[in-house]
Parts: sequence; structure tokens; C-alpha cells
Amino acid sequence: MSRTIAIEPVTRIEGHARITLELDDDGQVADARFHLTQFRGFEKFCEGRPYREMPALTARTCGICPVSHLMASAKACDELLSVRIPEVAMELRRLMNLAQLTQSHALSFFHLSSPDLLLGWDCPPAERNVFGVMFRHPQLAREGIRLRQIGQTIIEMLGGKKVHPTWVVPGGVSEPLTEEKRDRMLELVAEGLDIARRTYEFYKDDVVPKFKSEARHFGNFPTMFLSLVSRKGALEHYDGCLRIKDSSGRIVEDMVPTSEYAAIIGEAVEPFSYMKFPYYKPRGYPNGIYRVGPLARLNNCDTCGTPFADVALAEFRTLQASKPVASSFHYHYARLVEIIFALESMERLLNDPSILNTFVRARARSNCLEGVGIAEAPRGTLIHHYKINDDGLMTWMNLIIATGHNNLAMNRGIKQVAQKYVQSDKLQEGMLNRVEALIRCYDPCLSCASHAFGHMPLQIELRNAHGKLLDVVSRS
Amino acid sequence: MMKQATASQIRVVTLKINDRDVTAREDETILQVARENGIRIPSLCYVEGLSVWGACRLCMVEFAGDHRLVAACSTRAAEGMEVLTHTDRLRRYRRMIVELLFAERNHVCAVCVSNGRCELQNLATECGVDHVRVPYRTAVYHVDASHDWFRVDHNRCVLCTRCVRVCDEIEGAHTWDLMGRGMNCQVITDLHKPWGESKSCTGCGKCVQLCPTGALVRHGTSAGEMERDADFLPYLSRMRHAE
Repeated sequence: MSRTIAIEPVTRIEGHARITLELDDDGQVADARFHLTQFRGFEKFCEGRPYREMPALTARTCGICPVSHLMASAKACDELLSVRIPEVAMELRRLMNLAQLTQSHALSFFHLSSPDLLLGWDCPPAERNVFGVMFRHPQLAREGIRLRQIGQTIIEMLGGKKVHPTWVVPGGVSEPLTEEKRDRMLELVAEGLDIARRTYEFYKDDVVPKFKSEARHFGNFPTMFLSLVSRKGALEHYDGCLRIKDSSGRIVEDMVPTSEYAAIIGEAVEPFSYMKFPYYKPRGYPNGIYRVGPLARLNNCDTCGTPFADVALAEFRTLQASKPVASSFHYHYARLVEIIFALESMERLLNDPSILNTFVRARARSNCLEGVGIAEAPRGTLIHHYKINDDGLMTWMNLIIATGHNNLAMNRGIKQVAQKYVQSDKLQEGMLNRVEALIRCYDPCLSCASHAFGHMPLQIELRNAHGKLLDVVSRS
Repeated sequence: MMKQATASQIRVVTLKINDRDVTAREDETILQVARENGIRIPSLCYVEGLSVWGACRLCMVEFAGDHRLVAACSTRAAEGMEVLTHTDRLRRYRRMIVELLFAERNHVCAVCVSNGRCELQNLATECGVDHVRVPYRTAVYHVDASHDWFRVDHNRCVLCTRCVRVCDEIEGAHTWDLMGRGMNCQVITDLHKPWGESKSCTGCGKCVQLCPTGALVRHGTSAGEMERDADFLPYLSRMRHAE
């Protein structure tokens, strides 16, 4: 008899979601689905508002990565203004985006995923959280929290607030950087880099070797990869052009201007989720499956461009014989490499005296009725596309959120990991946690800051083909 | 504007505000006397230098031994008055008034250009509005951004009519006025034409400088960036009304 297992809600992710596993008559996983159960409607309620409100308004999509929305939105607005923003404004925005990358990656790795990696799949849920990590690995937990704090503090020093700063505005930024703040940031960045390098070495030497099975079965399948790269092909999070590599490492799209994203990315919808399913247009849906985020960025770039991150990138590329690295388990590895890159890049930006220039904002009114802004959020490529009327009021908006790009891959990954670890005759904590952990590899950000780890109940339901409840396992 | 007595007719009265003896000219309002003596009475529609409107009712005070409520902005000081400005009842009413203002239109402080510089927001803090206890209307209001330099966002308007009065009494253009009644009331330009098509608007921006919320703002401002400067008003007001 075919049955369905539902995991709801999925814990230790940003937002609310549900996973259902459909079992066939033999008790084997036949299909898996990742459901986003919230509807928010930003694209609709922004209509009619002045475009200058968009950076602050769209940033409310998320409390974890508001800076990423600020970047993409401000870039779209820059296009509406049709101005070239001051060089220092671009560097300051880049600085904040890298601080955001650091804090968000630290949150994902240390707070949300390290309990799985350090405490084991079968550790009781009451202990398998960041407090459990504090108990068993106090130094690592302390440093992880500190690393996130460093990222958040730099965001606050630049924008006045840790969450939802309004410092990034169309045309640049609202305030220049002071020398005093620059010096303090350099101290923080140096401290953060020490932590990041130490954590990276520990992860590479002590953690990766223990998870060979997971690396083989956690979303390890061929897909394309999408990300921004700089005009020289280097790792890039703020500016640049789009690049797509296929599973064999061949570049299928390169130097695609961000304004032409719609020529290569389509969006499909499925009735079981509020999240759209973006796909690579030339290959159609669902064959145009691709992944974004740290894994995609490291697979796509030719080089990081900073000393230690380039060494780490070379080591990252030895993880799998295949090129690019295909296992979603290695998102964690890629995240640590990117933290190092972010801190090294911030150090470089801050050591350039021109970062203190005071002309930080270009002023203009709308000179164009359509604009696209693309930035790399911690979770992947984030697209804001706006249209306005003659008076500067929004008439249309399309947001493709980073997590959305990974939707097809997450669904396929869940199916793969469930087929390996879930058997229908018994429901055990460890195997279901692996299904959740697969999702955490992608670090999905499903809504605004509603990540309540350790407190949300997890319920797994076994249902037959007619929807009748056969068995329930729950934890609170 | 309330007419002031000429110098030869001035009489001084003594009264009590919150049990404190104060003196005042008999042509002054309770609100003016309170402000001269450093006693804060919340208000929204009242602006020194413009005519009294008395619409917001936030400056209501009561008299000792008398249950009536009066608006301090439109009630003159009188000999022997015993004014109370912050009784429990007044605090309760003021909080409810501010809550109703928030519920009536769509005040989204977090993304508003006046965030952090908004008189309504400050009043909410002062009156202890930590949440709104009545349902929001969530009615649809439009934004008119047709003017070259300014825009009006009716979502943020509290109908204080400062714009109407300053445009009429100081600038002399009378571009702004009111249309409709009750909750359908709204400020309009030139018999409800888009602001950008107004023939009477001189583009002076006085209305924008006096708006207490994010309803009238300059183009080009993003969240929290709308700064205002109403320093021009006392001087211009004196000049306009000089006899």
C-alpha cells in the first residue's frame, strides 16, 4: 500500500516548510516534495509605491539577509535613475554585502548545521542544537557566535542597524565611512579571519572525512550551476555578469548581462508549493534544473582572488573527482571558503584609503522605466526586476529569491536522501533528521527571520494513498 | 488665526495648570500658556503661526471639578481656571486617538520616508501606543507623485490640514483643500486635480515642511530621509498678520 510521510515543520531553517515523502507499495520512497507553506505577496503590494521605497520595503522580505535585498533593490533603482554610482559607494555596498555573507554563513554553519555535523544524526533532538554544541565543543560554538557578531557589527557600523539598515539608497549610500569606524572594522576583520581559518582547517581535517556516505547521497546529482562572476571570471557577490556551467564543467552561458536574465531563466509553478521553480530556459522545465549559492559560486568562478581563499578553493575542488563538485553536502565546505573570501576581501577594501572618500551618492530622478538588479545573496543569486510609470510609482515587480533557484534541486535532493536513508517499516530520528539536514545544506531562507530552532515541533505522519493517518511520530 | 488683543487692551489673568500658578494674557490659549511655562500638552493639528483648527483633539484638557473636556488649542485662558493636562482619562483618550489615527490609514513606519522624524510616531511613543487595539481599515489610498518636486501619499495623511492652512494663510495660493466627509475625507489640490497639473501651486514647499507625517514629502527621499524645517513659519506669519 502506498503511503505518505510528512515532516512538518522542517526545523533549523529560516522560515516554515513541510516535507512529504511518498512511499510506494513496497515501502520504498517513490517521490519527495518540499512545500513552502507561506504566501507573502510582496510583488503585489509593492505596486503603486514610489520606487525609492523599494530597498527598505523589499528588505523586509527577510530578517536574516535584508542586506542582500538592499543590494539587489538599490542596483535595480540605480538602473531606474540611469546613473553610474560613485566608485566608493559601490565599494561600501560591497563591504556591507560581504559582512552580510559572513554573518549569514556563520549562522548557517555554526548555529543551524553544526549540531548535525558535530553531535551526530542520532543525538536526541533536545541536545542536537547550538546549546549542545556549546556543551561539547565550547570553543567552536563561542567562535561561531563571535564570527556572526563580527559580521553583524560591521553591518551596524556601516548602516546604523544590524537588521534592516536603510543606509543603502538608490544612487549610492547615505553616509560615508569614518576613519575611526574603518580602523575598528579592520580589527574585527582580522579577528574574524583567524576564526574562519581555524574553523576551516578543523572542518576539512576532522569533519569531512566522517561524512563520506552523506557526501555521496546528499543531493549528489548532476545539475547546472548559476551565479554571478566578475568580468574576469572571479568570485563575485555584488556586481558582474551571469555564468552558467553544466554538470561537466562546461560553461554554457557566460558574461550574460544581468538585465538579460529573463532570456535564460524561466519560472514554473507547481500546485503543491508557494515557491516558484526557476529553470534554465533553453533546456526547458524541469530539465533546466540548476543550483545557486556557495557551491555554485565556487564551481563557477575561475578564482577567488584572495590568497587564503584561493588555497581553500583548490582544496575544495579536490573533494570530488567530478568537476564541478556535485554533492550538496559540500555547500557547508563552500560556505566556509566564502567566509574566508569575504573577510579577506573586506580587509583589502578597508586598507584602500579611497574607502574614506566622502562623495558617496549620485542624485538623479528616474530616467528609465525598467531596471534589473542582481546580487549574490548568501544563499544564491537574487534578482529584483522593477517597472515604474512616468511618476516613479511601481507598476510591476518580479523577485526571484535565491532559495527559489534551488527549489528543483532541493526536491530532487530530498528524494535521493530519502531513498537512501528512509525505510517505511520504522521511523527513526536519525533517518528523518538526515532528510531535514539535506535541506539545511542549501540553507534555505523561506521567509522573514522566523527561524525558531529547537522549539518548533516536528511531526512525521504516515498516510496511505487515501490520506488515512496510519502512524505519527512527533517531538516537541 | 485667533485674534489677539491690541497692547492697550491687554489684561493679565492668573490660573493654575496641574496645580501650578501661572499668569497669561487673556487673549492666549491654554496651549500657548502651557508651552510658555514648559508644560507639554500633546497636539498634532496645532501649529504656532497658523489659524486654530481644533481637529485632532489630542490637546484636550479638563478643569478641576468639571467633567467637560476642552481643546487647549482653541480655549482661552481665563482668571481662576484650574487646568489638568494629564489625568488618567486624558491619557486614555489620547492613546485611543493615536491608535485610531494609525488604524484609519496605512502608516508603515519601517519603510516610511519620515521614519524617525515623524510627529505621529513621536506621539505614539509619548502616549504609550505599543500596539493598536482596533482593527486596521487597510483601505487603499493612492500616491500622487505627479508634481515635479513633491509627492503626496494619502496612506500617511492624518487630515491635520496644516498644508491647507499654510497654503492659504501664508503662501496665499490656497492650492490645498479638503474633499469628502468622515473617513472619506482627503486633502486635494485644485479641485481634485493631480498635484502636478495644479495651476495654483507655486511649488514653495511650505506644505511639505509642515506635514507632521510622511504624507507630503520631497521626491528623491528614501526610508527615514525626509527632513523638515519649519523655521520660516513664525517670521512669515508675523509679516503676513502685521497690522
